[in-house]
Amino acid sequence: MSGGTIISLAVLICGSTFGEIAMTYGMKATGEPARLRPKPLLIFLGRAVCKRMVLGGDSTDGTVVLCVIGTAVVGAGQLCDSGVGAELRGGNTGREIYLKEEVNAARWAGVILVCIGVALVAAG
Amino acid sequence: MASEKRLRIKTLVMVLAMVVCANAGDLLLKRGMTDIGAVAITASGVSHAFWMTVTSPTIWAGIILLIGFMVSYMTVLSWADYSYVMPAERLEYAILTLLAVVFFHENVTSKRWVGVLLICLGVLLVGQTKPRTTESAALQKVTA
Repeated sequence: MSGGTIISLAVLICGSTFGEIAMTYGMKATGEPARLRPKPLLIFLGRAVCKRMVLGGDSTDGTVVLCVIGTAVVGAGQLCDSGVGAELRGGNTGREIYLKEEVNAARWAGVILVCIGVALVAAG
Repeated sequence: MASEKRLRIKTLVMVLAMVVCANAGDLLLKRGMTDIGAVAITASGVSHAFWMTVTSPTIWAGIILLIGFMVSYMTVLSWADYSYVMPAERLEYAILTLLAVVFFHENVTSKRWVGVLLICLGVLLVGQTKPRTTESAALQKVTA
């Protein structure tokens, strides 16, 4: 694995973890839509896009997309999917610490199974 | 208890909407780009591909479905835990593999099938937990 691939993967894992956590934080701060109907949903989305955390999370995810393309270009496409698995695992730890979510044993076991599954799908 | 059941159903419906929109959107993009054919990396090749892309109804349908994915994703995050939504969203790997077999007749190795099975088991385990373990901002304001 070349240095470029390692850097791309590091940005992919860290960037998408931080991006998604920032977006979740922003969406939690926005609150729930009043109803699941088109008009309340549009109002809710309008409120959400005004949140800096949501915009920050989205732009970090945009950077990650560029890194995925970069990783694929340098010939490590399969590693992108394994990176997603690592991001799931890393993100779960971040969520416990930053978003104060209670991740119980069943959820941890589920996340680990999903990580292994994603890695196997990527390697297959 | 009833509100928890309602929350669980609401979350599952939104996660299902996410998975369906993401999978159908990806498939339509793939179909649309396959119809356009290989893009020549030259100025005229890229501009021709760009024109073919913006005039393709299949690609527009894919884009609309992916916007639907983004809207349902943002909506479900406003009430459910991210550690609940994220693994459930990975169900798309399993569904995408099935769709690739059905629509594109792709060969799937046994290793990949085992991966799909593990993802399904993992999602099932995560689905047994509570969708929300923290209070949303709106609830916090009311209780403060």
